[in-house]
Amino acid sequence: MLKQQQNSKAGSLPDEAGHFGDFGGKFVAETLMQPLRELEEAYAACKADPEFQQILNADLQHYVGRPSPLYLAERLTQQVGGAAIYLKREDLNHTGAHKINNTVGQALVAARMGKKRIIAETGAGQHGVATATVAARLGLECVVYMGSEDIQRQSLNVYRMRLLGATVVSVESGSKTLKDAMNEAMRDWVANVDNTFYIIGTVAGPHPYPMMVRDFQIVIGEESRQQMLKQHGGLPDSVVACVGGGSNAIGMFHAFLEDQQVEIFGVEAGGDGVDTGRHAAPLCAGRPGVLHGNRTYLMQDDNGQIIETHSISAGLDYPGVGPEHSWLKESGRVGYVNITDDQAMAAFHQLTLTEGIMPALESSHAMAYGVELAASMSADQAVLICLSGRGDKDVHTVAALQGIEV
Amino acid sequence: MSGQRKRIAECFHRLQAEGKTALITFVTAGDPDLDTSEQLMYELVEAGADILELGVPFSDPMADGPVIQQANERALAHNVSLANVMELVARFRTQDQQTPVVLMGYLNPIERMGYEEFASAAQNAGVDGVLTVDMPVEESGNYRATLSKVGLDTVFLVAPTSGPDRSQMIADASSGFLYYVSVKGVTGGIKADFSQVRETVEGLKALGGAPVGVGFGISSPEDAAIVAAFSDAVVVGSAIIKQLESAPGQAGIRAAADLVGQLRTAMDAAVGV
Repeated sequence: MLKQQQNSKAGSLPDEAGHFGDFGGKFVAETLMQPLRELEEAYAACKADPEFQQILNADLQHYVGRPSPLYLAERLTQQVGGAAIYLKREDLNHTGAHKINNTVGQALVAARMGKKRIIAETGAGQHGVATATVAARLGLECVVYMGSEDIQRQSLNVYRMRLLGATVVSVESGSKTLKDAMNEAMRDWVANVDNTFYIIGTVAGPHPYPMMVRDFQIVIGEESRQQMLKQHGGLPDSVVACVGGGSNAIGMFHAFLEDQQVEIFGVEAGGDGVDTGRHAAPLCAGRPGVLHGNRTYLMQDDNGQIIETHSISAGLDYPGVGPEHSWLKESGRVGYVNITDDQAMAAFHQLTLTEGIMPALESSHAMAYGVELAASMSADQAVLICLSGRGDKDVHTVAALQGIEV
Repeated sequence: MSGQRKRIAECFHRLQAEGKTALITFVTAGDPDLDTSEQLMYELVEAGADILELGVPFSDPMADGPVIQQANERALAHNVSLANVMELVARFRTQDQQTPVVLMGYLNPIERMGYEEFASAAQNAGVDGVLTVDMPVEESGNYRATLSKVGLDTVFLVAPTSGPDRSQMIADASSGFLYYVSVKGVTGGIKADFSQVRETVEGLKALGGAPVGVGFGISSPEDAAIVAAFSDAVVVGSAIIKQLESAPGQAGIRAAADLVGQLRTAMDAAVGV
């Protein structure tokens, strides 16, 4: 087990009120302000407690399966003919994605706070599954909110959550996707705040969530950095991760933020192309605003209404993004780019056929950009790509696109 | 702006002199359309509303229950914007210069417009106060300064979870009135435990801030009568919208106004006027 450094030097933000520069903060109805304060205090106590860290690290090792491998994709590298392509295998975690790193951590905080009921929102269903999983393990009641459109495209994950004993609530309001699931989870939390812990799955929401979720995901980058030094003999030249809310990306990026020679790229969902308006790329084509408790880049119209997003990947189909990404964009440290549905699909097939690894459609966005980048680089360079999840859940979507019924 | 009328304060003074508790009605602007809203505003005043709260439609009304969510969706189906809502208030002001109007909504449409432009447009339209659900006092420095500069009141929510320190801070930041959310939950949900509400409201009134209104979870004339006996104002929203949507066109407006008439009668009886 690699040592987890939760207090990395890049962790000086947010400030005490949860701001990353102009972004972040706590924009919620008054009913939630005091519960958020209690969460801040409970989390700070956990963070400072060596016993908590010890339990967390043991769970990450024995339950999640960390450290996850760093894999040099040799055939893919050869095919692309540029920089060496390294994959951080978060897809090999228990439940098949990076989401479990965070739910294991938050569930431990919930247990410390004496909360008996867990709620969560989910888009692709990976966070819902990861939440239902830890709830089952701790014997906690679990309710997962999911947009009815996502329930249709991710029926396998819905069934997995039900097998794990969770109640999956179909959300019919608004665009019936992740943002509406998050609205509904917030409404549940307001009404049941005494006994309920809300496990947010990404680095968005009101403070302290963007900070707390980041801290639980930082292990991705910390491990990757040490693995690159050991296996590659140096740091990567470029680091790439997909960004919906942005939790795997923040987790991957943090360990490299101070390494100025490392270029960092966050890949948003370009959908049909950002010029069509049908996409989910707020950092590339949105404007700052306030949604779900924080100020950040949003997909919105001229009247400040949140607009519907589109991505082939349910996990990236979100009109906002974690506030720290907004700050990293403005500071110029991270470059944010986008990849269309078609490009992501091509990358999905390429990785599957060359390496026998089926990436999640979310991670396929990072793959597509990482491969493009590698092709433009020289053979003595290296690209590190976060393979945030596996593609089993997406097989139906892929089959449907090919006109095949599975 | 020093010349601005303080309609909300005037309203509470007048009611206090009459021994009455204020009835504040909430409807979503543009539900189902702006003409209906305008007519409804006159009818609600006629039926006994003292202060009108107008909901500004938003795509993600996180603090609202299904009734107000759907009202938002009906208004947004024909793109009712914050600018449209202010035009609606301006039209209402040509007929009614007396009744205070408070805009209640979410922060993003105001952020998009910009605080300065919003404040001046609201003032020009004849808006008296603004309640932004997802703007807690801690984040509100610039917002309050900008709105109060043009004489707009900033109403803030106090919740059952707020506790003494936050309640004092919120009371100090609130102007026009202080809005006590009587239940842990969204609008139009469960019924409040009124004996507990009474205790909290009496505590809030002792903080030396603006008059204290109570809302979320008050739906019937009976509820309103109980709360009117110990609060400065009673806020009813979802129950009125339910009446409005119970029948199309004029019949819906009539049903909503009828409920407001019953609320008025029950509240006045409860305080002995």
